[in-house]
Amino acid sequence: MASILAVDDSASMRQMVAFTLKGAGYEVIEATDGQDALNKARAKKADVVLTDVNMPKMDGIALIRELRKLPQYKFTPMLLLTTESGDDKKAEGRAAGATGWLVKPFNPDQLLATLKKVLN
Amino acid sequence: MSVDISQFHQVFFEESFEGLEIMETGLLDLEDGADLEAINTIFRAAHSIKGGSGTFGFSAIANFTHGMETLLDEMRSGRRKVARAEVDVLLSGVDCLRGMLAATRDNAPLDLDAVAATQRRLEALLQGASPQAGAAAPGPLAGNTGFRVRFAPEPHLFKTGNDPVRLLRELCALAPCAITVDVSKLPATAELDPETCYLSWDCVVEGEVSEPQIREIFEWVEADAEIVITPLAAPEAGAPAALTLAPPAVERRADDDRRQNEDRRQGDRRATAPANAPASSIRVDIEKVDALINMVGELVITQSMLSQFSQDEEITNLEKLREGLLQLERNTRELQERVMSIRMLPISFAFNRFPRLVRDLSAKLGKEVNLELNGETTELDKTVMEKIGDPLVHLVRNSLDHGVEMPEVRLAAGKPAAGTLTLDAYHEGGAIVIEITDDGAGLDTGRIQQKARERGLIGETETLTEEQACEMIFHAGFSTAEVVSDVSGRGVGMDVVRRNIKDLGGVVEVTTKQGEGSTFRIRLPLTLAILDGQLIRVGDQVYIVPLVSIIESLQVRPESVSSIGGARELYRLRDDYLPVVRLYEQFGIDSAAKDLEDGLLVVVEGDGRRIGLFVDELLGQQQVVIKSLQTNFRRVRGISGATILGDGRVAMILDIAGLITLCHGGASTGSARQVAIKVA
Amino acid sequence: MSLDVTPTNSGPRADGVAATAEQYLTFMLNGEEYGVDILRVQEIKGWESATDIPNTPAYIRGVINLRGTIVPVVDLRRRFDMANVEYTSTTVVIVLKVRADAVHERTMGFIVDAVSDVYNVTPEQLRSAPDFGIEVQVDYVKALATVDDKMVILLDIDQLIGADAAFGDAAIVPH
Repeated sequence: MASILAVDDSASMRQMVAFTLKGAGYEVIEATDGQDALNKARAKKADVVLTDVNMPKMDGIALIRELRKLPQYKFTPMLLLTTESGDDKKAEGRAAGATGWLVKPFNPDQLLATLKKVLN
Repeated sequence: MSVDISQFHQVFFEESFEGLEIMETGLLDLEDGADLEAINTIFRAAHSIKGGSGTFGFSAIANFTHGMETLLDEMRSGRRKVARAEVDVLLSGVDCLRGMLAATRDNAPLDLDAVAATQRRLEALLQGASPQAGAAAPGPLAGNTGFRVRFAPEPHLFKTGNDPVRLLRELCALAPCAITVDVSKLPATAELDPETCYLSWDCVVEGEVSEPQIREIFEWVEADAEIVITPLAAPEAGAPAALTLAPPAVERRADDDRRQNEDRRQGDRRATAPANAPASSIRVDIEKVDALINMVGELVITQSMLSQFSQDEEITNLEKLREGLLQLERNTRELQERVMSIRMLPISFAFNRFPRLVRDLSAKLGKEVNLELNGETTELDKTVMEKIGDPLVHLVRNSLDHGVEMPEVRLAAGKPAAGTLTLDAYHEGGAIVIEITDDGAGLDTGRIQQKARERGLIGETETLTEEQACEMIFHAGFSTAEVVSDVSGRGVGMDVVRRNIKDLGGVVEVTTKQGEGSTFRIRLPLTLAILDGQLIRVGDQVYIVPLVSIIESLQVRPESVSSIGGARELYRLRDDYLPVVRLYEQFGIDSAAKDLEDGLLVVVEGDGRRIGLFVDELLGQQQVVIKSLQTNFRRVRGISGATILGDGRVAMILDIAGLITLCHGGASTGSARQVAIKVA
Repeated sequence: MSLDVTPTNSGPRADGVAATAEQYLTFMLNGEEYGVDILRVQEIKGWESATDIPNTPAYIRGVINLRGTIVPVVDLRRRFDMANVEYTSTTVVIVLKVRADAVHERTMGFIVDAVSDVYNVTPEQLRSAPDFGIEVQVDYVKALATVDDKMVILLDIDQLIGADAAFGDAAIVPH
């Protein structure tokens, strides 16, 4: 099953995402901020990256920009978890190489449906 | 698949309360000068609370936080200056959120007026500043017959991780689809760059689909592709531009709201049971856990080493056995310390609230006060931390109210207009010391003495030493506030503070210098799980007396015993008369020594009062682990808990304050106090 | 539980394990056989000694150390006002889980003369307790069961402890 790197500084969001994904049979790698995610992404290739935008140390957009520089992440789907007010963030994310986004708040079913969009 | 998201509520509440702390601290710091990272940190905290509350279905909290987030966003983008008005509103916003979160967690009623008032203030600030992005025009008519979709990605599409195949697959899932691929831009194989997209597609989607549904599929690639959606029924395909540009935001959002409401209703149903009993949890540094695992590893090694001896009966190995036992002892002690450290938290958890409290209170009192916090990383037990919070608040309020003078008074005394309040924390021996120091007026011993006379606490002609005057402020009903203020001068307080600290096995004392300020010094045990105990024997029973409550032990001199009313025995110790409590009588033990000369009198103090406990003999001293008697039984008067001794037997731990109350029968507590004062 | 009090003449079932059968651990007390729901039994251990709890009735023998937990021990003979006997080698402590309320459970030990047997008891074997004729107050008796032509008194242990002021209110344990 596909492995998913879930990045969020909020423990409850991260747990919800991880729990939902694991329940659907995915392998989940959790990271608490962009820097943590980058380290974990280097250590083990994830099939999809799900990241929050606003995080300490390294935000989600910088994370995507960094990941896209890595050869193994050149075409990897990367989704931003963003709020509806973040239209400028979407554009910024797109410029950094984000595949798409999921608008907060979302529920587990929406999360899984969105993920199916980027998995073969 | 259905996921019960209510199981994450507990974590959400915990982290949201932490987020509020961060916001509050950050906001208070902003007043000393704004820097972008500080605003960013506050913004992130608000953002997380909003995101989480939305996801977990607490839409009122999400909506409220949205306003704060908008304001913060304007501040961080430089569109708004950071001024007192903004900080004030945001701080009350933090208070509101705290209330809303607590009310949601506990299913408790909420002060809606306060929330509405703050929301109005927030909106007033925001007004005109950021017009909401224009409400989109109603979406195009839903096509009943279908659409023609032209999807022509930019060459760089792959670099965003999007795959046309997946998008088209989704389109097909929506409705029957006829897709034609346009390969006209495809170069010769030799020139072909596999990372570039040369293809485009024409799709005819037939059936009951709406344009927003189609647009949602291509939402992520809108900027990276030409997407033209034309209703099949439309006579001309000439005006696709207008359709292409209008994002179907309105529909999608309405849809989300609906879904969200449903989720919330479901969530509420699910959440009712656990919400009433907030589980107490603790976050543990992973390093502490790793250290524990290492220790357990060592313990296992020691154990296997020792178990080898049980097979080997050679007496020559005695030395090795002794060595192994020593190692076991060392392991055990270390393991104990490490396990204890899991419950340890930095005192900053208790100190965090003070910047805000001092700010609000000094403003209310018209005083200027700088707060200094030192030793915030000093650790103490979580339970002790929770219980020391209120006494600390009381002492800080007291120092602000009675200690620090008004600015003009300070200036007249040659001091800076702004007073300084310092909170220090540090470890000393097996205890933590917390000091609250102000550079205010200090205690006025003359006035304390006068007050004590007025209250009849001392005789008309008695004088108090400075030390005695300091002690006096901890007596019930004693308050020197000229005017009873709503801040601290309600006449109750310091005695309660002292009692609470005593209940934790700690002490509080004050030192002062007139005109220069006062220091309240609290000394607390690091943990409530272990205590240093004195083992005593009464008949065939062994009890534990907390070492901290023992003043001294002495052999009874018969001539010093007198009785009152033929029943109550008093023992004259120097200039003091101590009530004698015969433990065997109190606990109904037959086998004990009955004659005072055959045993010992242990002088113990609890709750500011002393008694002499009559016991058979003193045994050793040792650290004991406190076990609850209530778990499987109930509270027992005069007993605070139990412990397990080295031989596996259970021993009761005496509740000294409880025994003293028991011996006074709840009455005449005043006289005991007077005795103590007169002879002190 | 509901009791079928209409007289029937069915003895213990031949197969012994009907779908509705409940298992009881039985023990001896002053020559009578008593039973407790086996699902409540945590362990059975020999009598050693207990530490007195001050100012409690004599039937509360004290507390023992059960692998680090402090567990109170009740002498059931004394509790039921039966004649005192010396503890012997067959004297055991049956450690039971006692429900204090919907949430809390207490672990308690009960000193009995000897452990007897484990029976499957079906509803047909049950009779309601008469108001007299046995030494135990009827409130604490869930039912009487006939097993192999013997009478077994099934105890309602929650009621026995819950209705006794000596055990105080349901323990509300901090943390």
